[in-house]
Amino acid sequence: MFSHCADPSALSGLSWLMCYLTSGKHILFYSSFGTVLLLLAITAPVALAFGFGGAIAARSRFLPLRLLGKGYTAIVRGVPDIIFFMFFVIALDQGLEWALHQIACPDWTDPIRTGLEFRVCPEAKVPSNSSPQVIHEIYGFGLAVVTFALVFGAFASNVIYGAMQAVPHAQLETAEAYGMTHRQVFWRILVPQMWVYALPGLSNLWLILIKATPLLFLLGVKDIVFWAQELGATKTDTYAYPHGDWRLWYSLALLVFYLAFTRVSEIILDRLARRLSHGQATAAGEAQRRAAA
Amino acid sequence: MTCFETIAAYGLRSVGIGERLLPKSDFTLCQQFTLIGSGLIWNLYFGILALAAGFFFANALAMAKASPYPGLRKPANWFIFVFRGSPLFIQFFLAYQALQLLPKAGIDVFGITVQTAWTTKAWAGALFVLFLNTAAYSAEIFYGALMAVPKGDIEAAEAYGLTGWNRFRRVEWPTMLRLAWPAYTNEAIFLFHSTTLVFFSGFPAFRQQGDALYYANYFADKTYNPFIPYPIVGFYFVLLTLFLIGLFGVVNRRLNRHLPNNQKRKIRLRPQLIR
Repeated sequence: MFSHCADPSALSGLSWLMCYLTSGKHILFYSSFGTVLLLLAITAPVALAFGFGGAIAARSRFLPLRLLGKGYTAIVRGVPDIIFFMFFVIALDQGLEWALHQIACPDWTDPIRTGLEFRVCPEAKVPSNSSPQVIHEIYGFGLAVVTFALVFGAFASNVIYGAMQAVPHAQLETAEAYGMTHRQVFWRILVPQMWVYALPGLSNLWLILIKATPLLFLLGVKDIVFWAQELGATKTDTYAYPHGDWRLWYSLALLVFYLAFTRVSEIILDRLARRLSHGQATAAGEAQRRAAA
Repeated sequence: MTCFETIAAYGLRSVGIGERLLPKSDFTLCQQFTLIGSGLIWNLYFGILALAAGFFFANALAMAKASPYPGLRKPANWFIFVFRGSPLFIQFFLAYQALQLLPKAGIDVFGITVQTAWTTKAWAGALFVLFLNTAAYSAEIFYGALMAVPKGDIEAAEAYGLTGWNRFRRVEWPTMLRLAWPAYTNEAIFLFHSTTLVFFSGFPAFRQQGDALYYANYFADKTYNPFIPYPIVGFYFVLLTLFLIGLFGVVNRRLNRHLPNNQKRKIRLRPQLIR
């Protein structure tokens, strides 16, 4: 990166470390933190939307829709989530290829599942074999995002459903007494008040989501864990920057990153909780009113 | 090979008894059920031992966190924050790599050589991490319950002349445990769930002796069909979860036996998911 780093073997001490930490692979390592943040930035709103949809479905008067919503939330109970992650990524990929296969090559007669492999016609491959590496990486990342959103959507749906039940019933009855329709009651009374009840659960979920991001590594995305393993492994003299087994230090850096991220999130979520409690008929809202008076 | 023979060959495969080689082709449903079930032995091993040992450490931590002395409170707070604030995945990595740095030949303590090689094996290293992890999560639960012990209970104890250790042992601690039990049940369930991470992070499986998810992943990799092995692990874990709820429910009933019916605390399953 810097001109004086051209010959690493001539460097020593601090300047060696400076050059080492700005090497090309390290830049990729730093940018993979961006991958993690991008995953969080996309997953959180999508999972929230899924959760909202799931909660509405679970409250629906229409039985099949209600069963769908309840089934979606119930599916995450009792089974380790990592199984969902491992399962969904392959299942989504194969589902997509299978659907494309049905459309693109209806004349294909060979069985798709042979017991040892999953084979669709070449046109149905996603992404196609000829596409560049970057497309494959983006596709892998996209699958991971959808998987995270599906799993966390189910968790969020559970929280939001509970929060909707927690809004005092008298509020809704009063609104109906004023002649509001169901739709109006839902959007004007229930949804605005629901958030304060949902926030503790959603904050918890956010912290869990942060802690779930290393699973990206298991899903084959080149995330921070991947690069930490890659960079920390012993480098022999054939490398520009030879060093011993430094994986421990890289893992330690990841630990510090996650702890700092968790702490900052906690502080922000605390502030948000205080803001949302303002004027609410809850203990926290009452305490704020008393303090101001 | 009949299903009975398969069970005889692979039923204890995860602990190294039975057939050496895993099936390579023509996978039957029976093989998948047997091998994945055999892997469950590891999940039970990690879960039960970590939970049993973690319970005591968690109590000590919760007391330290509630202590008025900063010398006790601060370390407990930090310990709980570090283990609850970071992914279990990273904790496994870190522990494995740190344990690998121990001298291979063993450490000399007063002339006796202490072997270190075993610490990097999953049965010891991963168990240790899970023990510390569950202790931190449980300590937070116990601390919360300790803070929620009704003031009236403590005042009543004092009125009877109970103070200090006696008050803690006879009034505060039993009440804390009763209040914490539903949350602790969930913690136990999720500890068992997180044992599936062991062989996926850091700790290698010795001679393909892994846990339930390890074998499920093996089958999914070999057959490119996730729709059979993963639901099987899911099925086993649902059974395990139901069993745990039943077991902890018995304890819960005993802890609540002196209360009128309407005040008893019920155990509700709250998925608190990933670590």
